[in-house]
Amino acid sequence: MESYLFPFDSLICMLLGISFTVGFTLLLVFIIVPAILGVSFGIRRLYMNSLIKLFEWATLRMERGAREKNQHLYKPYSNGIIAKEPASLEQEIQEMRRGGAEPEFDMSDIFNFCRRGVESIVDDEVTKRFTPEELESWNLLTRSNYNFQHISTRLTALWGVGVLIRYGFLLPLRVTLAFTGVGLLVVQSSIVGLFPNGRMKNYLSDKVHLMCYRICVRALTAIITYHDSENKPKNGGICVANHTSPIDVIILASDGCYAMVGQVHGGLMGVIQRAMVKACPHIWFERSEVKDRHLVAKRLSDHVADESKLPILIFPEGTCINNTSVMMFKKGSFEIGCTVYPVAIKYDPRFGDAFWNSSKFGMVNYLLHMMSSWAIVCSVWYLPPMSRMEGEDAVQFANRVKAAIARKGGLADLLWDGGLKRGKVKEVFKEEQQKLYSKVLVGSSEDRSRS
Amino acid sequence: MGSRASSLLREEDIEEIKKETGFSHSQITRLYSRFHSLDKGENGALSREDFQRIPELAINPLGDRIINAFFPEGEDQVNFRGFMRTLAHFRPVEDNEKNKVLTPGEPLNSRINKLLFAFRLYDLDRDDKISREELLQVLRMMVGVNISDEQLGSIADRTIQEADTNGDMCISFNEFTKVLEKVDVEQKMSIRFLH
Repeated sequence: MESYLFPFDSLICMLLGISFTVGFTLLLVFIIVPAILGVSFGIRRLYMNSLIKLFEWATLRMERGAREKNQHLYKPYSNGIIAKEPASLEQEIQEMRRGGAEPEFDMSDIFNFCRRGVESIVDDEVTKRFTPEELESWNLLTRSNYNFQHISTRLTALWGVGVLIRYGFLLPLRVTLAFTGVGLLVVQSSIVGLFPNGRMKNYLSDKVHLMCYRICVRALTAIITYHDSENKPKNGGICVANHTSPIDVIILASDGCYAMVGQVHGGLMGVIQRAMVKACPHIWFERSEVKDRHLVAKRLSDHVADESKLPILIFPEGTCINNTSVMMFKKGSFEIGCTVYPVAIKYDPRFGDAFWNSSKFGMVNYLLHMMSSWAIVCSVWYLPPMSRMEGEDAVQFANRVKAAIARKGGLADLLWDGGLKRGKVKEVFKEEQQKLYSKVLVGSSEDRSRS
Repeated sequence: MGSRASSLLREEDIEEIKKETGFSHSQITRLYSRFHSLDKGENGALSREDFQRIPELAINPLGDRIINAFFPEGEDQVNFRGFMRTLAHFRPVEDNEKNKVLTPGEPLNSRINKLLFAFRLYDLDRDDKISREELLQVLRMMVGVNISDEQLGSIADRTIQEADTNGDMCISFNEFTKVLEKVDVEQKMSIRFLH
């Protein structure tokens, strides 16, 4: 028995050895070296274009298949399920009072509240922001499958091949790259940390950070288009962006150098954080310090006051939103009084949805999903810097910046708080509605007492 | 990630709901997707908490009454059939439907059924009468703390006086219908569902 297997054994070893060497060389040449130098072969773009053609073919196939089988093809409606009345509640009620006669409580007033309530049950502005965006056509991933896969055998076969490629080839490749990138970051920032403070250190730190983030970008097969790079954030300012996933950080930091803000973590994250801070100043808060708003504000202001330090990167929404809208910006970063550099990030969901539903999936699960998607495709727009104007308070300034980001990225601009992902809405909003209605009732009884 | 909702809804179910409610096939699948996204527990039924998670509904002064309308007497869960049956009340009345007969009896979105839905919002104890107490409670929900008890009381008294024809100091469904005779109920209690 043993002699039988022996020749095969060494053959297998040899093959494995060769494939590892070849694989590693290819990796080095095509991925790591360009990452270090900051150039690109354009392989990823080619990949993206072929995927688009594939998806188009798949869509046509599905539509044809559905027609043949006389089934209804599920089509998500991007315009919504219902058409809502544009008028506000107050306006609607005023309309009713038009009819001359004595304005007073009318039993039909209830209809307005009722209709609005049921409209919000069918389609509301907030809850749909915390689930991944629905796609117009299938992109051959099970996770966005609305029962498409049984329409044609060819399509199912294609999906099967897709699974093999994604999990068998792309995933291991990406995980290797990710570990390489993170490992290099930790090791190299620690080395740079040994240098004395000065221009040399800053230069090296920038280079090290950029290189490692670029490797991570390749680890995710992220294809990013940067627009308006002349508006890139400068030292002494704060960069604000809409938040969809932790990958946002990697995307922005691979094109420029930022000082990060965050809570101190334990474990692997903690190791990375400590290494990073050796090379250049980042702002890490202890858990207890996070609650103290004055302390937070002071540390941020001190950092921006120092011109030699990098611009701070902040996500004012405070939580991940699904990239169809921008939700309320927390005013903390807008109170500091320095220049704000807004950045809009918009992902293309066809290749892989980057949204992290942190209440449903943990970080590891999320990263696994990311690394087994086709690719992450996104656009980044650097908007011109903004400062607080005379007579504008922090909240108004925050809303102004938010509107600019929403406009540029083609996202809906919402006043709702991203904290509604987990928490309940504040009672005060209901009280406002009640007050509005009371004014209509009481106002009318005032008229009556006058007549 | 992503919704696999429509694969859990069978064609026979869709046909039955279509007959009962009058919604089109695509509207039903779309609403099923919505139902599924509200169903955080993923058990095929919605609880009151699932509705209260919708911020726009939570700030509606009559939010709790509207949520209640979805749940049959004494039950805490509403399945998709029940959900659709309640939503069907808000389907607009189309002219060509007056000739079609979908089910024997009154279609769910007729004027009478829309009025009945609104009546039940007032009728807290489901005894088919709106008493002064019930009217006061609903009024209090709508105005919050901004109007005094006396003022609210006089508004309630006046409303009952005008509507009550048989002198029992309560508003029955017929009296309710009479008061709202001239109101365009079909338009006010309809939601424009897209096809």
